Amino acid sequence: MDIHEYQAKDILARFGVPVPRGGLAYSPEQAGYRARELGGEAWVVKAQIHSGGRGEAGGVKLCRSEDQVRDYAATLFGHRLITKQTGARGKDVYRVWVEGACDIAQELYLGFVLDRKSERIMIVASAQGGMEIEDLAQDQPEALVRMIIDPAVGLVDYQARELAFRLGLEGGQIAQMVTVLQACHRAYSELDAMMVEINPLVITGSGDLVALDAKMSFDTNALYRRPDVAALRDPSQEDPREAMAADHGLAYVGLDGDIGCIINGAGLAMATMDMIKLSGGEPANFLDIGGGASPERVCQAFRTVLSDANVSVILVNIFAGINRCDWIANGVVQAYKEVGLTLPVVVRLAGTNVAEGQAILRGSGLPITATDTLAEAAEAAVAARPHPVAA
Amino acid sequence: MAIVIDETTRVLVQGISGRIGQFHTQEMIEAGTKVVGGVTPGKGGTSVLNRPVFNTVREAVEATGAEASLLFVPPPFAADAMMEAADAGIKTSVCVTDGIPAQDMMRVKRFLRRYPRARKMRLIGPNCAGVISPGKGFMGIMPPAIYTPGRVGIVGRSGTLGYEAASQMQALGIGVSTSVGIGGDPINGSSFRDILELFEADPDTDAVMMIGEIGGPQEAEAAAFVRDRMTKPVVAFVAGLSAPRGRQMGHAGAIISAFGESAQEKVEILQEVGITVAPNPSAMGATMAQVLGGKAAA
Repeated sequence: MDIHEYQAKDILARFGVPVPRGGLAYSPEQAGYRARELGGEAWVVKAQIHSGGRGEAGGVKLCRSEDQVRDYAATLFGHRLITKQTGARGKDVYRVWVEGACDIAQELYLGFVLDRKSERIMIVASAQGGMEIEDLAQDQPEALVRMIIDPAVGLVDYQARELAFRLGLEGGQIAQMVTVLQACHRAYSELDAMMVEINPLVITGSGDLVALDAKMSFDTNALYRRPDVAALRDPSQEDPREAMAADHGLAYVGLDGDIGCIINGAGLAMATMDMIKLSGGEPANFLDIGGGASPERVCQAFRTVLSDANVSVILVNIFAGINRCDWIANGVVQAYKEVGLTLPVVVRLAGTNVAEGQAILRGSGLPITATDTLAEAAEAAVAARPHPVAA
Repeated sequence: MAIVIDETTRVLVQGISGRIGQFHTQEMIEAGTKVVGGVTPGKGGTSVLNRPVFNTVREAVEATGAEASLLFVPPPFAADAMMEAADAGIKTSVCVTDGIPAQDMMRVKRFLRRYPRARKMRLIGPNCAGVISPGKGFMGIMPPAIYTPGRVGIVGRSGTLGYEAASQMQALGIGVSTSVGIGGDPINGSSFRDILELFEADPDTDAVMMIGEIGGPQEAEAAAFVRDRMTKPVVAFVAGLSAPRGRQMGHAGAIISAFGESAQEKVEILQEVGITVAPNPSAMGATMAQVLGGKAAA
């Protein structure tokens, strides 16, 4: 789960990371007021959306008067910001962060991630901050410093000092960097984060470290024990279909194609999407219906898939282990009635109670194409599209 | 001989009293698995499916001689149950539970390192379908009927895609020595490499079907192992060709977040070391048949 920059800064500040003073605004007037409240002569106004690359997309601006703050904020509110991370749909701006401008001498990069190779928390840092870490890793891999944290003892001060020296910091900056690293690590482990990123972490003109931007994302599997983190969820930043699916216990990811997919198991779902693609079609979504799917859950899956207007055919592929094919078949029949389905449906059933499931589909008299294999199902779905996309 | 489980393996079920635990324990017993007891804290002294229930894994191991355990424990308590099993001397533990916090798994992996190699518990999963040696026994939630006993090992992240491979092979008359689900989480007990090592040493396994997916470094590690140490043929498939970068595809671990983690890149890495990659997920069985046929002819 992602949170906003201002929320990440608030959390990190509570753990001891120095951040610029700032204030949140829900309207242009409030943004102007925040600038006056903060005082000074220059402010940075930043659109709060769950995405990186906001600066390039026009979502961040240095302003030199209260009027300028208000006018610029007015161009952000209610508008959609499209960054290279948001995709073409973009994300709506409902909140704006105003903070005092900072005198920057140098920009560093600092990230904490789950390293899947060592299966531990890894610090990634660089003396060259400001740019995206992916670009940095590609262009200057030697500029990245990595350090692994042992979960049994946590981050040890000598490691933090070593990192600070390797980044070329000096004097009082060493102790400041140790504080920042320990604070980030504590925030990461105590709040079940999956990622903490400060980019840039700046050295100011007077030589102090300040987190100018901050990003955190959290382990959704741990939200049950982090209610304060769970409360930071902002549904306005989520794809409404994905949010609706998640509320019903379905894993759904919207894509750009027209073949709606309802499948059990993440691996089989990905493989079915691959098979559609190899058969000349494009999947409209990933959807894992999960184990023990009731007819009601099947209906909900149909509603979710149909909420995408691009869908022109639906492919159901179930390999029942915990699931039962007869339940799934009943669900498909029920969905026809309840959802008022008019699109062609291709169903492939295998595993537990497959004969019963197929009998239900046949006996329903509904225009369902039943297939036996994964390849047949994908080919039938591609062939069933009413308006084939020109190749 | 098979790997991980056979007809002699004495299995304990942690979380046997729950609805799901009972249902699958019943299936396991019907398939011939030697289930010797269960553990549910606070329910010690009762019995489920005519098997004794204990309060702690240690008591259960002492009383039954159990050497393997299967976990049906809810996510908040699963890490604790794994560590309890490891400390009680369980040799192999299989965890089906989906939704365990990543940092809990980090701690479990660190905990397991406390034990010398000879006494270290082998953990499989979490978020996996389990392990089956067809005709001998199984620990997990898979439908046993789709596996024919035979001489090909299967190792995969996804449960249902593993079923797909097994049933494609069954339709072609290819049997399975053991099928292992390593699970879809970013931190898991056993990697592809760990299981390939077991299959390489197993005299009853002639070839291995490996089913990977997007995300993580484990297919690349497996490729290095196949190149350096593996003599048996390996057929692979990698799911997620059509998955966009940076989006989690159901499994917590199925997300492309670094170089080399996309399906295309993984396929290239596997092919480079001579692994035959099935051209599509409907051709996993046929590709294995081809590789086995070629081997027989050679």
